[in-house]
Amino acid sequence: MNRKSLLLVPLALFVALTVLLTAGLRRDPSEIPSPLIAKPAPPFRLATLETGTGAGQFAPADLRGQVWLLNVWASWCGACREEHPALLDFARQNSVPIVGLDYKDAPADARQWLARLGNPYRVVPVDRDGRVGIDYGVYGVPETFVVDARGVVIHKHIGPLTPEVLAQEIAPLLRRNAP
Amino acid sequence: MSRLFTAFALCLLGCARAALGAEAQPLAQDPVVEQRMISITQDLRCLVCQNESLAGSHAELAEDLRREVREQVRQGKSDQQIVDYLVARYGNFVRYKPPFEPSTALLWLGPFALLAAGMVLLLRRVRRAADADEPPLDDSERERAALLLARTSPEERP
Repeated sequence: MNRKSLLLVPLALFVALTVLLTAGLRRDPSEIPSPLIAKPAPPFRLATLETGTGAGQFAPADLRGQVWLLNVWASWCGACREEHPALLDFARQNSVPIVGLDYKDAPADARQWLARLGNPYRVVPVDRDGRVGIDYGVYGVPETFVVDARGVVIHKHIGPLTPEVLAQEIAPLLRRNAP
Repeated sequence: MSRLFTAFALCLLGCARAALGAEAQPLAQDPVVEQRMISITQDLRCLVCQNESLAGSHAELAEDLRREVREQVRQGKSDQQIVDYLVARYGNFVRYKPPFEPSTALLWLGPFALLAAGMVLLLRRVRRAADADEPPLDDSERERAALLLARTSPEERP
């Protein structure tokens, strides 16, 4: 290598490092990737909030054959309040079932919250002690899972859903995995 | 004898839990289980307060997971089984010591690889410098060298 091209090596390394670090800065280091992706949705059977159409019990197997969303929320969760309008809009415009797992919440509070803000959920299973949340690797609310027609978790979104996330991340997945 | 007394006292205190009100933490009813739970969770990361261990964090999820670990210890599960249970749900991030796997190979070997590369480069430079033949001095340079040497005293000479 002659002297001139040798001088370009540090510059090239610097550019490469800049690209690497910029990519890293745009990611959230506290986000934990889910080990559940491409695995069957952990089974459970929970009592549901009596919201008229969804009274009784719910298990993920009930929705086998459809793509559906599992949205983990709670009435005490501020960020869930933030994402609620987007979720309501999405529920109105799509026929994809949204299951609202009510995490570590009092049923009375949950009912009041939904009555006041609107209910986008097909059914609301109540996870009082958070055991189902642990099975799903929930470490903060809200979190949303996409489950395909075979009952396999294909995506997890951490944090509040926004119209952009729903349009760019979730909707394409739903289309691609439609049964 | 005093151990028996301690165990008895702890049981009494456990019964008193209801009287202490909702804020009080439930006291360990079995110190052996508690000790094992602490030793397991000390090496695991709290997922909410990610700079704290699962043993020490006050986050609600940490309390839930400690309760879960306690439960599993009582059921007779081994340390490895309990850690595997948590890793299956939260991923390797929950472990402070990441396992050696293809995905973490770069993390484990990276520093050594960089050190080796650095050493190779250093050795090459040193060898190149040692191999380089210095051209012999011409007349004017030899005169200058003699002058410089004459000027300096023996102690100052390199």
